[in-house]
Amino acid sequence: MIGRGGRQRLVTAADAAAQGLRLHPGMAAAQARALAADLVAHDADPQGDALALERLALWGLRLYSPIVAADPPDGLVLDVTGAAHLCGGEAALLADIIDRLTVSGHAARAAIADTWGAAHALARFAARGALVAPAGDSGRMLTGLPIRALRLAPETVDGLGRLGFDRIGELATAPRASLALRFGPELTRRLDQAFGRSAEPIDPVESPELIQVRRVFAEPIGAPETLARYTLQLVEALCAALEGRGLGARVLDLRFHRVDNRIEAMRVGVARPVRDIKRLTRLLCDRLETVDPGFGVEAMTLAAPMAEPLDWRPMASDLTAPAVADIGEVIDTLSNRFGHRRFYRVAPAQSDVPERAVRKIAPTAPPTGERWPSGWPRPVRLLARPEPIATVALLPDQPPVSFTWRGSRRRVVRADGPERIFGEWWRRDGELDAVRDYFQLEDEASARFWVFRRGDGEQAATGDLSWWLHGLFG
Amino acid sequence: MPDPRIPSAFLSLRADIERIEAGGRAVRDVLPFGVAAVDARLPEGGLRLGALHEVAGGGGGAIDTTVAALFAAGIAARTRGPVLWCMARRDLFAPALDLAGLAPDRVIYGEMDDDKSVLAAAEEGLRHGGFGAVVGEVGRLSMTASRRLQLAAESGTSLAVILRRWRRQADAADFGQPTAAVTRWRVTALPSAPLPVAGVGRARWFVELIRCKAGECADFELEACDETGRLALLADLVHRSPAPPAWSRRAAG
Repeated sequence: MIGRGGRQRLVTAADAAAQGLRLHPGMAAAQARALAADLVAHDADPQGDALALERLALWGLRLYSPIVAADPPDGLVLDVTGAAHLCGGEAALLADIIDRLTVSGHAARAAIADTWGAAHALARFAARGALVAPAGDSGRMLTGLPIRALRLAPETVDGLGRLGFDRIGELATAPRASLALRFGPELTRRLDQAFGRSAEPIDPVESPELIQVRRVFAEPIGAPETLARYTLQLVEALCAALEGRGLGARVLDLRFHRVDNRIEAMRVGVARPVRDIKRLTRLLCDRLETVDPGFGVEAMTLAAPMAEPLDWRPMASDLTAPAVADIGEVIDTLSNRFGHRRFYRVAPAQSDVPERAVRKIAPTAPPTGERWPSGWPRPVRLLARPEPIATVALLPDQPPVSFTWRGSRRRVVRADGPERIFGEWWRRDGELDAVRDYFQLEDEASARFWVFRRGDGEQAATGDLSWWLHGLFG
Repeated sequence: MPDPRIPSAFLSLRADIERIEAGGRAVRDVLPFGVAAVDARLPEGGLRLGALHEVAGGGGGAIDTTVAALFAAGIAARTRGPVLWCMARRDLFAPALDLAGLAPDRVIYGEMDDDKSVLAAAEEGLRHGGFGAVVGEVGRLSMTASRRLQLAAESGTSLAVILRRWRRQADAADFGQPTAAVTRWRVTALPSAPLPVAGVGRARWFVELIRCKAGECADFELEACDETGRLALLADLVHRSPAPPAWSRRAAG
């Protein structure tokens, strides 16, 4: 990228290959062309970049967080408080963001920290991929980063460099008064923002097509009952707006604009588009306790960043079919309260290996109608990983006579087997010859166990004849 | 099923009390076991829907909760509608529930961090009332927690089953503490059905009804759930007198 800086044409951005050729932003365009003869240069388009960043912010608003803003020239800032649970936690959220951006052809790095300043610095100068700074620990992680990470003007960074300041840690321990005198208030303000000593509100991105309703109060409100009452009123207004467009909400953002210029936000998600006032109010009010109204809330905004078509459908199409209760509602309530990945259904997977025979599907997925092949005994508790047991087995292909598991020896009274399961060579090369022979054992106390032996007892390649306990029938 | 030995005055009194307890709600349905010997010992001829029932494993099963889980799965399989199964330890193997009659399409699993959230999720599921059964695996169950669940269950027709699963064998003594559950069961594995050839036959359970509201304690020897979740009387007991259980034989010898 080549753009205009003052009267010179300068390199404004360079990709990894170009940086390998020692081109760097700020270099004169003529010098860059001299270094690399076959340089592919594009004219920089700052306005286009800003617009694209704005679009990216709207994308982030739709998918991740109620408060998203562009952090020019090259970043996005998201307030994930009260929204990370929908993606299964902060680390999962970052991984998801990076995955999606990588798939669409963008190189991305991301970090979560206590403050905007710290997250900005960590994402650009510390993260390889994704980085989640533990709560309260981002100040310590900042101290080792270069001063450039502080979002300062280049002249200030140069000036500090001339004075011998190199890292944020050195700057943080230096006397503030003389620094402020020399470099202006901007430096100490940025320092305070990074360390969380002064507030830095994020002005969230908005778009005209976003469906949202807003309510401004003459007097700040703060009591939970009052918040709940106005939540209901906002939901009613939003549902009316949604109904006008024939849409149902998939994601709802409720933002509380506090008198101290902070925005508290929360986000709830539902599995299918919803326009039910009672249900949406319930989902929002369940999470009201996570909101800190501070000295009072002067405005509330309710938006539906993700809405999908929802049309009226007949209640029952078949009079003879039994009424099936709709559990979508309770699943949404549970998911918003406890986390989305916690609730799932399982469906049979095409595999004979027990630990691979189960796959998770969404709780509201349509019924698959599949079942596992019946007739084969399967234990009700499957150990996370098979545990080795010491056995006394008469012959290589007989079930054990006794075995020792977790320090206690058990005599086998009855046994059944083997059920032979072959390795799945199409998954891993190492399983080409692998064989497991499963036996069902019953001990003197009538407890039943599912054990297997590695190998078929004839060919050494199939396994080492070790015995493992894999499950409990009871 | 009315017992001819009980005077009718008692029966009418009992009906009155039930009406008062129900608080104006309709008389609720029951889920019979389909085994006459068991249903006869339950005051309403089956497990009351919209009520809390407690199941624990006996012996080593108090920690593994294997047999008890299958017993609960069999009960849940015979209800109608989806089933919510909340647990704090993720070692339940779904194909075994399928073998007990609980098809995978019907079960929604909830993996929780601790007993507290298991109870909260189960309560939420019961309050909704759309589930046929709600199963929760917890260790400690206080009177307050069980009362909450019972009240939540009463608001609908979901069958609430709490599977007691302790971390240590010593904690199983907790099962003696009172809770608000309507029935309380303990299930222990018995030697499996003898086969004419070497092998393991159909599992058999020693099912104890330890507590039963408005009923008496009882114990049964039953064959494990079949593929529709139904229990059965021991096949060799239907025509013969019951044999003493294995441990009493061993104690005598």
